[in-house]
Amino acid sequence: MSEITPELVRHLGVLARIQLEDEEVTRLTRDLDAIVENIAKVSEVASDDVPATSHPIPMQNVFRPDEVGTMLTVDEVLQNAPDRDGDRFRVTAILGEEQ
Amino acid sequence: MARAELMDFDKALELFEPVIGLEVHIELNTKTKMFSEAANPANEENHDAEPNTLVAPVDMGLPGSMPVVNESAIRKSITLGLALGCSIAPSSRFARKNYFYPDLGKNYQISQYDEPIAFEGSVEVDLGDGETFTVPIERAHMEEDAGKLTHVGGSTGRIQGASSSLVDYNRAGVPLVEIVTHPIFGAEHRAPELAKAYLATIRDIAIATGVSEARMERGNVRCDANVSLRPRGAEKLGTRTETKNVNSMRSVERAVRYEIQRQAVILAAGGTITQETRHWHEDTGETSPGRPKSDADDYRYFPEPDLLPVAPSEELIEELRAALPEAPSARRRRLKADWGFTDLELQDVVNGGLLDVVEATVVAGAAPQAARKWWTGEITRIANAREASPVELVSAEHVASLQKLIDEGTLTDKLARQVLEGVIDGEGAPAEVVDARGLAVVSDDGALIAAIDEALAAQPDVLEKIRSGKVQAAGAVIGAVMKAMRGQADAARVRELILERASA
Amino acid sequence: MTDIIRMNAADLAAKLASGEISSVEATQAHLDRISAVDGDVNAYLHVNDAAVDTARAIDERRAAGESLSELAGVPLAIKDVLVTTDMPSTSGSKILEGFMSPYDATVVARSRAAGLVPLGKTNMDEFAMGSSTEHSAYGPTHNPWALDRIPGGSGGGSAAAVAAFEAPLALGSDTGGSIRQPAHVTGTVGTKPTYGAVSRYGSIALASSLDQVGPVSRTVLDAGLLQDVISGYDIHDSTSIRREWPSMAAAAREGAEGRGLKGLKIGVVTELPDSGFQPGVAASFRDALAKLEAQGAEIVEVSAPNFEYAVAAYYLILPAEASSNLAKFDSVRFGMRLDVPGTVEDVMSATRDAGFGPEVKRRIILGTYALSAGYYDAYYGSAQKVRTLIQRDFAAAFADVDVIATPTAPTTAFKIGEKIDDPLSMYLNDLTTIPANLAGVPGISVPSGLAEEDGLPVGVQFLAPAGEDARLYRVGAALEKLLVDEWGGPLLDRTPALNGGAR
Repeated sequence: MSEITPELVRHLGVLARIQLEDEEVTRLTRDLDAIVENIAKVSEVASDDVPATSHPIPMQNVFRPDEVGTMLTVDEVLQNAPDRDGDRFRVTAILGEEQ
Repeated sequence: MARAELMDFDKALELFEPVIGLEVHIELNTKTKMFSEAANPANEENHDAEPNTLVAPVDMGLPGSMPVVNESAIRKSITLGLALGCSIAPSSRFARKNYFYPDLGKNYQISQYDEPIAFEGSVEVDLGDGETFTVPIERAHMEEDAGKLTHVGGSTGRIQGASSSLVDYNRAGVPLVEIVTHPIFGAEHRAPELAKAYLATIRDIAIATGVSEARMERGNVRCDANVSLRPRGAEKLGTRTETKNVNSMRSVERAVRYEIQRQAVILAAGGTITQETRHWHEDTGETSPGRPKSDADDYRYFPEPDLLPVAPSEELIEELRAALPEAPSARRRRLKADWGFTDLELQDVVNGGLLDVVEATVVAGAAPQAARKWWTGEITRIANAREASPVELVSAEHVASLQKLIDEGTLTDKLARQVLEGVIDGEGAPAEVVDARGLAVVSDDGALIAAIDEALAAQPDVLEKIRSGKVQAAGAVIGAVMKAMRGQADAARVRELILERASA
Repeated sequence: MTDIIRMNAADLAAKLASGEISSVEATQAHLDRISAVDGDVNAYLHVNDAAVDTARAIDERRAAGESLSELAGVPLAIKDVLVTTDMPSTSGSKILEGFMSPYDATVVARSRAAGLVPLGKTNMDEFAMGSSTEHSAYGPTHNPWALDRIPGGSGGGSAAAVAAFEAPLALGSDTGGSIRQPAHVTGTVGTKPTYGAVSRYGSIALASSLDQVGPVSRTVLDAGLLQDVISGYDIHDSTSIRREWPSMAAAAREGAEGRGLKGLKIGVVTELPDSGFQPGVAASFRDALAKLEAQGAEIVEVSAPNFEYAVAAYYLILPAEASSNLAKFDSVRFGMRLDVPGTVEDVMSATRDAGFGPEVKRRIILGTYALSAGYYDAYYGSAQKVRTLIQRDFAAAFADVDVIATPTAPTTAFKIGEKIDDPLSMYLNDLTTIPANLAGVPGISVPSGLAEEDGLPVGVQFLAPAGEDARLYRVGAALEKLLVDEWGGPLLDRTPALNGGAR
């Protein structure tokens, strides 16, 4: 029995900035509940002595030299902009604040 | 917004112990950004670029774009970590901090979470009157800066009330090092001052190590101040507030002081402090509440899959350690001792930004006190009048030469000031100005005696007065002679010669 | 001369080099084919109207005596997950409708530099999430073998285009089987290279630690030729491997000579018993193994006890990384924007709800959950540990065998609509392909025949240790030669004719 509830799904929708309709919440709750039950078994074998692998091929210290390369032109930056004002993107009023 | 009630500062300190924590963000001055090959606006060369002209695909989160780490940013981050007395992690990783905001190109910031590149250090902060305070550093980690938002349509240019916002991604991806202190205990009344002095010290270190332009007015150095109060005698720490993006040294001190006074009133009345982010308002000298901490702060950190771990070798760390300059506070202590300055004298020099040039003047041969007097005295006076900076006016070598001319007796202090003006005005080196203007002190006794005789002739009763014991009567003659010689005489020698005359 | 569109890329390339055919002819022939059949197949989202111009330029350079790469002048279809400057890149999603990238994906740039002629962008499950291409926002692609059946996913468009002779070659991407499984259900060849062998720069990210770009073709040699063009270190992709790769085409040619089979040890995974596969699939698999054995290969049982957890781990890692990778689609800088009243947060949320399909939303929400505070260790953290265990299984197996063989997928092409409402059942299509992505090892799917019960294509998958991609081309080409000789011609000769269905 997993912990997927409609309230949780709504909360996740907020975190993911996806406005979910009621019907979607219901469907997602059901779908995720089934999926989560199925995948929860990974914690069975994931014991403390097994290290996590975040990269399939082990490498380290991958860098590039500090030299200016190709940058986009202003037109390229803005070529797909849904809305712009001069050289900048325009968005409607912001609710939250800078982190 | 009604003004918050503030408790008298000393009273607040009686009742509560202030605990502060400081987070400082330093923009590195590498040529390119942290994760892209776009030019870095925090580098002196690019700081006034037009909007959206310093953008590579990954800076604006274009589909398919990927980050690649800037090697120089790693070196500078390690250097800064070492200068803060930190240990350097043998291996550290980048992590994604996930949140949505229009100034983020990807809606996640690549940062470091539980594996910072540098950790556990400390910084000695000079409080200006000889007292030092050791600030414990918890960590310094690497991350990227966000773009810039301009809010349009509101009355204040701030976010509240704005009808739309404009986004410029030039700054998105600029390399940042975030330095976090452990909670700072024991500063007591000096907590606000300490915050300011700490920020100044970090800035000095950033400049001395060459990792940042460190200009606060350009946002190269940004500070968030955490303040909490603990009732005297209590065990548990108080709830803290975080005041963000305090933009100047002065603001840090004022903001910390304000928060102490504001929180004290609430706590004394039995209230509780809301854990929240606050904004400092420079114009009104107050903080105001921002968004309370909410569920939107679940950043869902996970290791950045597009980047590999950073594992600096022992050799690299030692190479960077060996290249570290002396810590600014250690250097100041050393010079003060070497030069025999008082705290106030050193403070004058440091406050004027003149430490380097005074040191250069001493190296060029001048005595420390003389160097100090010139730079903090006459040269600063002229600089202020001309709205220039002292170091722009004259070189350390010239000042040292000038002093040498005084020491040799070629010039008096007064003459030297004239020569200084000449040097500043571009007439040449001190010796050249002396020759060109004929300002050297006349050392030929014959010329002096001639002038003395002339003056005596005009004031015949002076010799009588001197012979009768009124030695001070010589003064008038000295004055006349100095005037006749246009100051190019050693007044002491003139006096000697007059007295010789009188006794002859 | 064989119909141009029926030639495989290697033969076409030879005729282009000899001057027997021009690239303009070859390109036009494929454009005509697309016009004739893509109405039914729906493999293409966008056809490149400048293709003939590009072809002409190649012909002119060749005529001027310039020395060109082997594949110069050969047409190429490109999965819409790869960004292109001259054609829209949607990744199969409405949220990117009409998006024009200002830069080319590295693999696209390398393909252009080699003289390949981009024909168009192919259909895919939205953001590469799916195993059937039914989750495309632009309608499903239809399997050329039976138009009411899925062509596989997420790269169903590329596989179908190649299977329907609408292109001799295509580029695809594989996160959990998205190249290999479509190859299996369409009777074509597809390779997922070693993770890091091919640049991901410009491949719209799904799961960064699992994604890999690879070739889609009708023959093993063709896939090798294309992999040779696109692979190699790219400074823009920090995860790309810095090494000189041997030629996959050369390995394929060697393999076709058949000599490498004697003594070759082929591992068969105990934990993937025949009973877990559709009977015709298992039978075709066994048949293929028997043929290799007859040539001197040795079949060895290997155990991979942690494969059981692979699908579960995958469906934690992928959604988690994807939830972060897809955050950039927020109506601010590019893509769809819904003009709803309110704050930018309202606009973002409404846009993402409207612009993403249900499977994408499902995985984003799941991924957000897996990463959220309090759940990380149990879910994402644990899944990364399963990854380690699967790598250990592979390492242990490869200590005993040279390659591992499995059927590429559990069933033949199912009907469109059959599994769309059952996500869990859909996820199980990737059972055999997922382990390779988790471990980073390379895999290839080669047609092994048709299933007896439904006459639909079956593929066999070979897996090799990381870096040993050439081994796959050697074995794959050897098997292909044996089978094609037995069949008297390629499997794709037996696809039903596609009539009507003009675009």
